[in-house]
Amino acid sequence: MLYEYLPILIFLALALLFATVMLSAGFIFGGSNPDDEKNSPYECGFEPFEDSRMKFDVRFYLVAILFIIFDLEIAFLFPWAVVLDHIGLEGYLAMAIFIFILLIGFIYEWKKGALEWD
Amino acid sequence: MDIIFYIINTVISILTVVIPLFLIVAYVTYSERKIIGFMQSRMGPTRVGPSGLLQPIADVLKLVSKEIIIPTNASKGIFLTAPMLMLVPSLLVWAVIPLSELFIISNINAGLLFILALTSLSVYGVILAGWASNSKYAFLGSMRSAAQIIAYEIAMGFALVGVLMLSGSLNLQVIIQEQSGSIFNWYWLPLFPLFLIYFIAGVAETNRAPFDVSEGESEIVAGFHVEYSGMAFAMFFLAEYMNLILISILSSILFFGGWLSPFQGTFLDIYFAFVPGFVWLSLKTMIFIFVFLWLRATLPRYRYDQIMRLGWKVFLPITFFWLTVIGILIYLKYLPL
Repeated sequence: MLYEYLPILIFLALALLFATVMLSAGFIFGGSNPDDEKNSPYECGFEPFEDSRMKFDVRFYLVAILFIIFDLEIAFLFPWAVVLDHIGLEGYLAMAIFIFILLIGFIYEWKKGALEWD
Repeated sequence: MDIIFYIINTVISILTVVIPLFLIVAYVTYSERKIIGFMQSRMGPTRVGPSGLLQPIADVLKLVSKEIIIPTNASKGIFLTAPMLMLVPSLLVWAVIPLSELFIISNINAGLLFILALTSLSVYGVILAGWASNSKYAFLGSMRSAAQIIAYEIAMGFALVGVLMLSGSLNLQVIIQEQSGSIFNWYWLPLFPLFLIYFIAGVAETNRAPFDVSEGESEIVAGFHVEYSGMAFAMFFLAEYMNLILISILSSILFFGGWLSPFQGTFLDIYFAFVPGFVWLSLKTMIFIFVFLWLRATLPRYRYDQIMRLGWKVFLPITFFWLTVIGILIYLKYLPL
């Protein structure tokens, strides 16, 4: 079983190697000729006003939170879908109830306007 | 001794996937410029080599010889980790993609889960790149793109659940074999809405036009990779195109029978029996790649609120509904398991 994951481990090592080689090739052949203007963050030609790690819209957090809920739901649905032909009516009903509860939550957040961007 | 031979064998089979993949990425960029050029009555690249065929090679040479600029305020370590974090997962995914009946680097039984897990990782590359650059454009671009990627990942995951309900396995080879029979046994027919959602969500996941607000060159220049240059930029670029090819090949594996011949079950089957499965898979994949380019040439960019509305308010209810329909049909034995 786990034996089949060995090629993936080798692939991971190789992929890391590729990425490192590419990045170092860029440093080796690209040269380095720094100056203040070149290395300043890009902002339409003038000096950056302030640190760019500023406040941002709270809705990005909201999207992330909603994502966690629904992604967990998918994580539950995956094994359920795989064993669908072994679980019979009980399996269907259990998942139907689970989805129904989530659906109520989904309708609630829709009505509350959590999905609005304007 | 055995283990050394085994490792050498594996490395060779990995290289037979990865090196052609790099070349394919190079020539997808070439065909993108050519195809979009022709669609807009231009010639596309013509200067380097016959009809511009050496253009991608020239691009690579140029990218290698460019300086990698690290902005003064950037967090250096994260700044250099981000492109690697993008490239490594999008390479690693190819370990579980079945390219023919026999060729697959690692035939694990959780293949689809592995793919979903790795494609989710690329959002870290985007976020870290935008954060580490410490530039406003990069930061805004990465926030937008991350929110968009995770919003569409939901729709994508639900579409995949439909495939799993029919196939009953996470192993991609099994999913393909379950579709054998004829072109009407492929999953595009029972799962047609899910297929459309999967593909459109895939376009949004890869931040391609018309969902490329994270690049949005008219407003935020290039999005999260605006501060990257030279090979560091090339790695983002490579990852983006590999994801494009991955979405195309996954669409053909999950919904269009992978390496199965489209003439299966008809009288034409024996005449096409000599064509290897890999050719069918490549043809199907190429069609999807073409659709990607076609979309980019045709459609104007979506507004950000429209994108979020499409993901949450249109795709999610449709997938909910269709999964219920599929569940009922399977339970009533209208669909084979």
